[in-house]
Amino acid sequence: MSLNLSNLPTYTVTQVNEYVKELMDDDLLLQSILVRGELSNYKRYPSGHHYFSLKDESGVLRCVMFRGEAIHLRFRPENGMRVVAFGHISVFPRDGAYQLYCADLLPDGRGALDEAFERLRVRLEAEGLFDEAHKTPLPEYPHKIALVTSPAGAAVRDMIRILGARWPLTEVLVVPVRVQGDGAAEEIAAAIYGLNNRADIDLIITGRGGGSMEDLWAFNEEVVARAIYVSNIPVISAVGHEPDVTIADYAADLRASTPSNAAELAVPDRAEQGERLADLKYRLCMSIRDRLEDARRQLDRLKGSRVLRSMAAPIQERRMLCDSLRRRLAAALAGQMKDRRAALAKCAAGLDALSPLKVLGRGYAIARKGSVVVSSVGQTEQGDRLDVAVSDGVIQCEVKDKEERSWR
Amino acid sequence: MAVKKQTFEQAMGRLEEIVNKLEQGDCDLDQSLKLFEEGAKLAAQCEEQLDKAEQKVNLLLENGDEVPFEAGED
Repeated sequence: MSLNLSNLPTYTVTQVNEYVKELMDDDLLLQSILVRGELSNYKRYPSGHHYFSLKDESGVLRCVMFRGEAIHLRFRPENGMRVVAFGHISVFPRDGAYQLYCADLLPDGRGALDEAFERLRVRLEAEGLFDEAHKTPLPEYPHKIALVTSPAGAAVRDMIRILGARWPLTEVLVVPVRVQGDGAAEEIAAAIYGLNNRADIDLIITGRGGGSMEDLWAFNEEVVARAIYVSNIPVISAVGHEPDVTIADYAADLRASTPSNAAELAVPDRAEQGERLADLKYRLCMSIRDRLEDARRQLDRLKGSRVLRSMAAPIQERRMLCDSLRRRLAAALAGQMKDRRAALAKCAAGLDALSPLKVLGRGYAIARKGSVVVSSVGQTEQGDRLDVAVSDGVIQCEVKDKEERSWR
Repeated sequence: MAVKKQTFEQAMGRLEEIVNKLEQGDCDLDQSLKLFEEGAKLAAQCEEQLDKAEQKVNLLLENGDEVPFEAGED
């Protein structure tokens, strides 16, 4: 070699890499840059860091996305996807290579969003998240509906208004979540999980009003689809306008085209139910009227029947027999009463004959000493005063003498 | 007979059952009248529920409490 190298200073590898790194780190453009390209060689490491390359027709740029940023990814990056990466470019001294330290990654343009959507749809479908067999039927008359949506805006108002007009018997619980922006999907998913820990909710509606595909993106995220899939409470998705279809729509037990449509699908219609009730009432009245008329016809038929008429004569005979028996019974009772009365009179006469007053009438007298009736000479002393009752009065006497005597 | 308070769904279900039974016409008169009476009470109860229901809307707070929800204007 003719080149004289002895005049040049020599550096270590580390020094070179650090020098280049300093140069790059001082460059304003490289400190904050958006790079468009196609993803390739995408790898997720157990550490949570993502390593990939961005390429275009003629070049490749190495990229790294650390765990802290990667967990905020709102889609699942796949090889071949067109993306825009945001970050800064610096040197990785170990490899002596520069790379893009990616802070955020977005699908590039509408086409790329569609592609991200389609890839996720295909993957979740293959996993069975959209299986018809897994879908839960909605309650016909929900008792309490949870609205997982933004508490502000037209969507929640429309839903409440329509639910109230159609079926005010259903209670409504508004579960406020952000429906777009960073963390919105996680909030929606957490709300659905939370509601499944309650016993009072029998239907969930989750959704939001219309917006761009980016605005609706939270409902295209895997966390929301999984939350809907595992929910034991049936879920109606109600995102955007009629043509908007989201991943949440596929996972939901029922897809509503709009929030208002969800409210209509969720509850019965009061007017319709009123008609059904009126119909039932009419049929109830008609059926009992028919039944009563039937019974009356049956009765009329029986009244005119020969059997009933042929039974009339024996009944008449028995009635007459009853009457005659009743008369005889009355006569017999009357006779017995007469006999009893005569016997009673005789008894009364006997009693009269025994009365002491009657005895006095025949000349007998009753002697009393004070209140004691004297029936023996031994009861008296000489000089005792006795009252002698006769039929018409009392004679007062004094005992002059007494003598026992036998009258028999 | 006493009809205890049922949900609209239960009451309508029972009413439908009663009407179908009566329309088949194979109950005796006494039973039919009892069914009619029960049906009439259920119908009145459903009507009242439809007429008097007032929507209840609550907002779930972060601490788990629920407060009446007033939807704000845009």
